[in-house]
Amino acid sequence: MNPVVNEPEKTFNKYSFDVEGGNFNTAGTVSMRIKSILKQNGLPDDVVRKSAIVSYEAEINIVSYAKKGTISLTITSSDVEIQVSDEGPGIPDIEQAMEQGYSTASQQIREMGFGAGMGLHNIKSYSDKFDISSEVNKGTFLKMIIGHKNS
Amino acid sequence: MKLSEVKEILNADVIVGEDKLDIDVKTAFGADLMSDVLAFAKAGSMLLTGLTNTQVVRIANVMDIAAIILVRGKKPPAEAVAMAKDFHIPILTTKYILFETAGRLYAKGIIGCLEKVESGSERT
Repeated sequence: MNPVVNEPEKTFNKYSFDVEGGNFNTAGTVSMRIKSILKQNGLPDDVVRKSAIVSYEAEINIVSYAKKGTISLTITSSDVEIQVSDEGPGIPDIEQAMEQGYSTASQQIREMGFGAGMGLHNIKSYSDKFDISSEVNKGTFLKMIIGHKNS
Repeated sequence: MKLSEVKEILNADVIVGEDKLDIDVKTAFGADLMSDVLAFAKAGSMLLTGLTNTQVVRIANVMDIAAIILVRGKKPPAEAVAMAKDFHIPILTTKYILFETAGRLYAKGIIGCLEKVESGSERT
């Protein structure tokens, strides 16, 4: 029998997707890919669901506000990690942006069924760990971790 | 309840999925705000909504929605119809308003995919 060793955290799979700002015709396609990759990797339904929710909201934010962005997905032995970075206007007041109901969305975004000031709130509440940073006139960076080890 | 029975109750027209009317549905979620659909809708539920754009179909796909029920007589644009066919998601349309649609289904035994939100997650 092999001795039990504490192996360092292994990265199983890493993916990266480009998101085009302003294009509502394709908004959501990256999140659909992410969902199907997680399913193929055999992750539990609730982990797949939470990951799809946070990724979808983040993707809509890129399409709604930024010129372009990238969503990367890393699956480790314990976590699903979704990192989002965009080139866009940035968020001057993150605390305000995190408030439920606060939104700077255009009419077009609202007509699509978004822009009610719930996006970042949903992202935070469905992530086990959530980080956000932003620089005005440069862009915004999000990191969401959803654990799957004991689920 | 079979989707065919939902069609009868709502006097609905089938826009996509004539061949899927024998699927079983037990629960539904109704909203026009897609962020709330993402936050609350459960897999296997029907989505009752007045929005008809392609976002509704993509969200139905990622949330494993069993069928989209468009209320207030809404007709989806061609792109949304094509996408729903691709994803094999039935779309029905009824002339009843959202309140009536939900009420008529509830009276026949369809329940919400959740009853109420947890305290601490109240929406503004």
